[in-house]
Amino acid sequence: MASTRPNQLFRNKSAKIAAIPMIVTALFVFVGGTIWTVVYSFTKSGLLPRLKWVGLDQYERLWATRKWLVSIENLAIYGLCMLVLVFVIGFILAALIDQKIRFEDTIRTVILYPYALSFVVTGLVWQWILNPDFGVQNVVRGWGWESFTFDPLYNADIAIYGVLIAGLWQGSGLVMVLMLAGLRGIDQDVWKASRVDGIPAWKAYIFIIIPMMRPVFVTTLVIVVTGIVKIYDLIVAQTGGGPGIATEVPAKYVYDMMFQANNLGQGFAASTMMLVTVALIVIPWAILEFGGSKRHD
Amino acid sequence: MKNSVEIKNLDLQFGAVKVLQNLNLEIGKGEFLVLLGSSGCGKSTLLNCIAGLLDVSGGQIHINDRNVTWAEPSERGIGMVFQSYALYPQMTVEGNLSFGLKNAKLPKSEIETRIKHASEVLQIEPLLKRKPAALSGGQRQRVAIGRALVRDVDVFLFDEPLSNLDAKLRADLRVEIKRLHHKLQNTMIYVTHDQIEAMTLADRIAIMRGGQIMQLGSPDEIYGRPVNKYVADFIGSPSMNFLDGQVKNGAFQVGDLTIPLDGYDFADSSGSAEGPATIGIRPEHVVTGELVENTPFQIEVEINLIEPTGSDTLVDCEVAGHHFRVRMDGQSKVSVGEKLRLGLAPSKASLFDAKTELRL
Amino acid sequence: MIDTPSTPLTGPQGPKPRKSFSRRNIFLYGTLLTIALFYALPLYVMFVTSLKGMPEIRLGNVFSPPLEVTFEPWVKAWSEACTGLTCNGLSTGFWNSVQITIPSVILSIIIASVNGYALSNWKFKGADAFFTILIFGAFIPYQVMLYPIVIMLREIGLYGSLGGLVLVHTVFGMPILTLLFRNYFTSLPEELFKAARVDGAGFWRIYTQVMVPMSLPIFTVAVILQVTGIWNDFLFGVVYTSPDNYPMTVSLNNIVNSTQGVKEYNVNMAATILTGLVPLSIYFVSGRLFVRGIAAGAVKG
Repeated sequence: MASTRPNQLFRNKSAKIAAIPMIVTALFVFVGGTIWTVVYSFTKSGLLPRLKWVGLDQYERLWATRKWLVSIENLAIYGLCMLVLVFVIGFILAALIDQKIRFEDTIRTVILYPYALSFVVTGLVWQWILNPDFGVQNVVRGWGWESFTFDPLYNADIAIYGVLIAGLWQGSGLVMVLMLAGLRGIDQDVWKASRVDGIPAWKAYIFIIIPMMRPVFVTTLVIVVTGIVKIYDLIVAQTGGGPGIATEVPAKYVYDMMFQANNLGQGFAASTMMLVTVALIVIPWAILEFGGSKRHD
Repeated sequence: MKNSVEIKNLDLQFGAVKVLQNLNLEIGKGEFLVLLGSSGCGKSTLLNCIAGLLDVSGGQIHINDRNVTWAEPSERGIGMVFQSYALYPQMTVEGNLSFGLKNAKLPKSEIETRIKHASEVLQIEPLLKRKPAALSGGQRQRVAIGRALVRDVDVFLFDEPLSNLDAKLRADLRVEIKRLHHKLQNTMIYVTHDQIEAMTLADRIAIMRGGQIMQLGSPDEIYGRPVNKYVADFIGSPSMNFLDGQVKNGAFQVGDLTIPLDGYDFADSSGSAEGPATIGIRPEHVVTGELVENTPFQIEVEINLIEPTGSDTLVDCEVAGHHFRVRMDGQSKVSVGEKLRLGLAPSKASLFDAKTELRL
Repeated sequence: MIDTPSTPLTGPQGPKPRKSFSRRNIFLYGTLLTIALFYALPLYVMFVTSLKGMPEIRLGNVFSPPLEVTFEPWVKAWSEACTGLTCNGLSTGFWNSVQITIPSVILSIIIASVNGYALSNWKFKGADAFFTILIFGAFIPYQVMLYPIVIMLREIGLYGSLGGLVLVHTVFGMPILTLLFRNYFTSLPEELFKAARVDGAGFWRIYTQVMVPMSLPIFTVAVILQVTGIWNDFLFGVVYTSPDNYPMTVSLNNIVNSTQGVKEYNVNMAATILTGLVPLSIYFVSGRLFVRGIAAGAVKG
């Protein structure tokens, strides 16, 4: 009844019940799972996890493995190129579409549809298009340019760029949409003012609009980077890591070690390294975004 | 008369921020009480506490002699009308009116009777089958009032119910609410920042600031005898003119002017207040033209600026180095640069202590 | 009184002349058309390849339309294509994916929407802390949590089953969906919630009778987000299910990248399209809502 103060634990009872899945997920899966993996990365786990401590052995072995080093190198190349190109392409596309064009919806639909597809589908299509015997190389040779060579997936030196093309094809639409949302979020009066001031459009973009879109850029950056670090399905479908180990990536290394090579310890160490990479990006971002905003209040 | 709502030593804090401090308020049965103040003064917070939508940190709330401090909003015997109407958009008007009654598991016939009665009182019978989106602002507000009405409760809470409406509609609905109050004779607690609403509707007004009640009194009292400079400044538009000076020998001195205070009703009846003070004079209490001769204090000023508003004309001038406004009849023919004779009656002025800002 | 000018107007007057074929427009639409073609090309290549016979593929180029249209590759991809020793085509994978996707979408949306509602309207102590962990959890690479989840699923006896995968999708869908729903419910007027409380409605009644009916768009967005996301998943499918229960993406990869037998590119492309068909149709039908889904997840996050 009203005259008795309800017990604190049972106040808001339904809300607490509703939040149980979230609490379990956050604590057990996200925090618990992460800690578990990090802890077991210091053990000599093989087929099964075992709490036999080996200190940093797994990490030393990891950094002495060629496949891992290649994976890291590939991720760096893929990541850097992807990051730069996806932003350049995404922003230019968004700026073009923002010119009050006709058929805006159609063009946006065409550019974004790859994002709706599975990485497996993307990988397989591009595997087919880049197939030297039937794909682009064959077609160009058929036009009379007999010496034309474009076989990224069969050339270990450039295979990762073949994956990059597929990655860009699938991912640039997302960046475009986010950038477009950012551009549309800018007060139209800014454009009017720059027109009255006689500032050319490209200058307005670089010196006024892009700085104003900083939050959108930062969030997009975080999304793109975390996506890059997770890249796995695309590689499996498009190249299977090959030719040889030319397109291996960390996520695939983890999977191979855990579920194919029965070397859990290596898998845990490698996934911990992935976690560190993401943390190095996400934590400064979080401090900038959320720590900074608190100081402004 | 028994009190309808009693608030005793109410405290509310969010973390370290004290929103309401040791607040006491008694509202009589059938009274129309307006909580008035600028935004952030705690008036809506207080209303939400009464409604049970905010948990208080200390003190008690009684409604109809029942301690409801910890009761659920629906158990308190209140109905509430919100600023944004807060009608359930996917339910018809009828559904909106009946939602609370269904939750209370009232018999169907009873629900029907109450909806019929409420829609008659508010003249919304033709709208019952419509959805809120198909209603005008005024109609929505009426439905929102209806939702409080069907609850058949003694206390109505209004949270700035008219501020989303345009000026004309606001004036119309204001009259309607007043009429409704006359008809229903239930207790109404009404939050607003609009002093016209407050003055026209209220039996008593509580002026709030910083989580405290500055003054509680009838509209007349609040307007005529503000207890401090803040209330004096807050009530009245255009606002009161203030002149800083000294009270000395039963007169107010500002610069080289001496305004006699004969007839001023000092709060301290001995009338012995002396020292630095501020005198407040409402623009509408300054007389011009022939009436000036009848006032104890007269002065000639030069007109700096004229603001005609149609019904009145506001004249800006300077008195003893202070900005001073005078309200004149809208028909007055005056122009900038002209000399104007003003007359003041101290009985209508207000004196405040320079330091405490309390009424002298 | 407004006078009309008595002298005739001279100089520029009336609407400004416009050229629809200005250099700017030619450049703009030219660029956009080229880009659009590049993006559309792979879909086109998939289609034409899947409709050709193998002899034609060996002779012609990938871009040329089929001379003789055949649907045999589609039939084969659906019911006969082989992965290793079994030759059931994609159909098994398709039905597995259906059985995974439907309960995962329903379960994850119910849990996340109720949770988002609790977080926006019924804040309790510590709620924000858990929510923050949840959101940061979304950034943790899945690889870090892969094995602990294997152990958890094994403990509750769901490892390798469809049910286990449903659970995994529900867990990993929670951060983004909770954020989506929390932001949406927070954007609804708070007074509506207050009014419902004055009307005596409790937690569940406000959710079902006031909030949900107002939230159709956001539920649609969530369904789109989840159906495409879960349908397209590969990693969880391959890790948490046994070969009998592999979702469509995994069967597709196994069919196309199987090392046995002669490569039938037309069948492969037919299989690829079939797998992409569900998310593609959702994408083309939903249009703006799909965009809203990714924008809501990203820009507000």
